Amino acid sequence: MTIKESPHALRMLGPEPVEITLHVNGQVSPLLLDPRTSLLDALREHLNLTGTKKGCDQGTCGACTVWIDRRHVLACLTLAITCEGHEVTTIEGLAQGTELHPMQHAFLAHDAFQCGYCTPGQIMSAVALLEEGHASSDAEIAQWMSGNLCRCAAYPNIRAAIREVRDAKGETSYAPD
Amino acid sequence: MRPISYARATDIASAIGTVSADPTRAFLAGGTTEVDLLRQGVVAPSGLVDINALPLKQIESLADGGLRIGALARMSEVAEAPGVVEGFPVIAQALVLGASPQLRHMASMGGNLLQRVRCSYFRDAFSPCNKREPGSGCAALDGINRGHAILGTSEQCIATHPSDVAVALVALDAIVHVNGPSGERAIPIDDFFLLPGDTPHREHPLAHGELIMAIEVPALPMARRSLYLKVRDRESYEFALVAVAAALRVDDGVISDVRLALGGIATRPWRARRAEQILVGAPAEQASLIRAAREELAPAIPRRLNAFKIELAQRAIIRALETTASKGGAA
Repeated sequence: MTIKESPHALRMLGPEPVEITLHVNGQVSPLLLDPRTSLLDALREHLNLTGTKKGCDQGTCGACTVWIDRRHVLACLTLAITCEGHEVTTIEGLAQGTELHPMQHAFLAHDAFQCGYCTPGQIMSAVALLEEGHASSDAEIAQWMSGNLCRCAAYPNIRAAIREVRDAKGETSYAPD
Repeated sequence: MRPISYARATDIASAIGTVSADPTRAFLAGGTTEVDLLRQGVVAPSGLVDINALPLKQIESLADGGLRIGALARMSEVAEAPGVVEGFPVIAQALVLGASPQLRHMASMGGNLLQRVRCSYFRDAFSPCNKREPGSGCAALDGINRGHAILGTSEQCIATHPSDVAVALVALDAIVHVNGPSGERAIPIDDFFLLPGDTPHREHPLAHGELIMAIEVPALPMARRSLYLKVRDRESYEFALVAVAAALRVDDGVISDVRLALGGIATRPWRARRAEQILVGAPAEQASLIRAAREELAPAIPRRLNAFKIELAQRAIIRALETTASKGGAA
């Protein structure tokens, strides 16, 4: 195939704000967004979902971890406009109504945080880690949680919380429906 | 971050056509380097063509024992693909030891090859940097250069190539398949990564609008026992100080075939051909490995803070080769 034979140039959207539709936590949200807007800023500033935190804003700390199509990724390095047609899940989407997710319970029970700023990202990674089957040992948990930094160094307690949920697991999925 | 326009491509031809039509447009895949550098003002395209919906995600085991990895396959997907884990563990290990789980879910294989250097003077969008602004100088030469390269450097640039998996792919003689305004072509990976020389802003041979389609890995039976050794300042989520991709075949106590490549110490993923030349036909004993490692590092040019890499690299080479040999010896 030679590309010159195919003159279909795509229509560029923006740079002025563009109408897009995001699917977040099962809700459909039409938004008017500058194409530069990160998913993180779209969640926090436009959808008022402030559970997802902005730490480094350069893909280093993991505080902004969310799921896109159930895979945990960094919202700060994701442009919101690229998420159209995909399902985004944030920490606000983890509880079932007023019932906290088992991982949220376990973080409370094990005091797996001090300041709490990294906690939403830690929990989104922790649930994904169990779904993926990367929590067989403390060493494996540490390795697969390394994308989430905790300035307060609550790491032993975070690992304890993850172990508890891992060991309590029945046949059910860790992720919400 | 300057304003950008955006389009989502659903077919390869229009993706390439749209980027080719304007020299200030760029492709957007996983975004893990590009969005970061956009925000820091290091790169400034006027428009992004999102290629994530293109059908380039397949990871295929070929009938002859090789692999074909789609350019948009994610690092995490390739790391867990059975054909990769069993046939080419060096690739799987290099991927799992790179970045973080979140970044591995995002980053594409094509983007991995094209990732930009981690030199802080390149990324600060301010210091003299011949890569970012040709002719402006190199702040790393006399700066904080502990992480910088000792092989393949020039007086223009000493930035280390940051990829892990590219080191494995260089050891395996991979082939990069691209498509673009002038049609398709296949680039041997040895020709894909350019030395900085006097043109450090040129990192690869792709023309504007050329897009990586797939990475092909030729069959190599001894790769089933290959390994990737990564030495770094912390155990996880850190770039290599030294990394070694190794595959070895020993017959009757003699090294009959070897593949060796180095990361973390060179301006490109570094195929250790000087060492390979010494190793092939040599007795499979430590003296051969020591001699080969010393020969590979002989041309190294250390800077003020990175001279330790010369010794570290030799030890890592020896350990990687010993470990590979002990995993199976005769094929």
